[in-house]
Amino acid sequence: MARVVVDVMLKPEILDPQGQAVQRALPRLGFEGVSDVRQGKRFELEVDGPVDDAALARIHELAESFLANTVIEDYIVKVEEVAEAGK
Amino acid sequence: MTARIGVVTFPGSLDDRDTQRAIRLAGAEPVALWHKDKDLKQVDAVVLPGGFSYGDYLRAGSISRFSPVMETVIEQAKSGMPVLGICNGFQILTEAHLLPGAMLGNNHLHFICRDQKLRVENAGTAWTTDYVSGQEIHIPLKNMDGRYVADERTLDMLEAEGRVAFRYLDFNPNGSLRDIAGITNEAGNVIGLMPHPEHAVEPLVGTGRTDGLPFFTSILKKLVNA
Repeated sequence: MARVVVDVMLKPEILDPQGQAVQRALPRLGFEGVSDVRQGKRFELEVDGPVDDAALARIHELAESFLANTVIEDYIVKVEEVAEAGK
Repeated sequence: MTARIGVVTFPGSLDDRDTQRAIRLAGAEPVALWHKDKDLKQVDAVVLPGGFSYGDYLRAGSISRFSPVMETVIEQAKSGMPVLGICNGFQILTEAHLLPGAMLGNNHLHFICRDQKLRVENAGTAWTTDYVSGQEIHIPLKNMDGRYVADERTLDMLEAEGRVAFRYLDFNPNGSLRDIAGITNEAGNVIGLMPHPEHAVEPLVGTGRTDGLPFFTSILKKLVNA
């Protein structure tokens, strides 16, 4: 079993009011020096069986058509090894 | 025989009954359609109503876009069947790529509910012939994710081809680029808009005006004369 992570972020040119609201709150919390915040989404897919090229291709297709709206968002697919049970 | 206009109910649709009522008031026959059915019951046109289909999880309209009924709606829309998407329906139409661009959260992050002034920019679509281009109307608006965005090239193309069908006047309620409230596809049979014409069809409720009724009389006229 493996974990595949799909990170989805708004494209840089798209206004992100959520990220801006977070950024504006930072000085009130005593956090200085953060000039910009953008907020995205992270999907963790637990995949049965090997993550071979065919499986990755299907996940890319899924990300492209469903998890991300590529009109407004970019996405990155990463494979993470899941730690063995009972480690 | 009068025109049959389908109204799709998704889990989370809120305005399906109001839409059916508006269709009836305009003199057409509303037909209830269910999101799990591929069959459109031989309707002449379809309205995707407002609400929060599938809870708007992931993105507004993104899950509904893959419902069985949408397979048929997408296919039929491409071959010319009139489709109107109101609010959540507009979001579904952009997610389905029947209309260009995308809908995002309001720029102020708040849900908004108000009487909105609009200008009818294109009275030549299947759903707008009973308006006059340039006409100013008042229609209720209520949404969380009403910010229309598209890249500059797409926006220029929409403007050049007269596909900005409705524009916000006096106040941009959600940060929509170029004050866009509604757009049409190239053929003029598919329309999406954020404000709710189905809530402005009787003088007793909503704005107290009936500025939304021409949507439904336009399509009825088109279908009956077809």
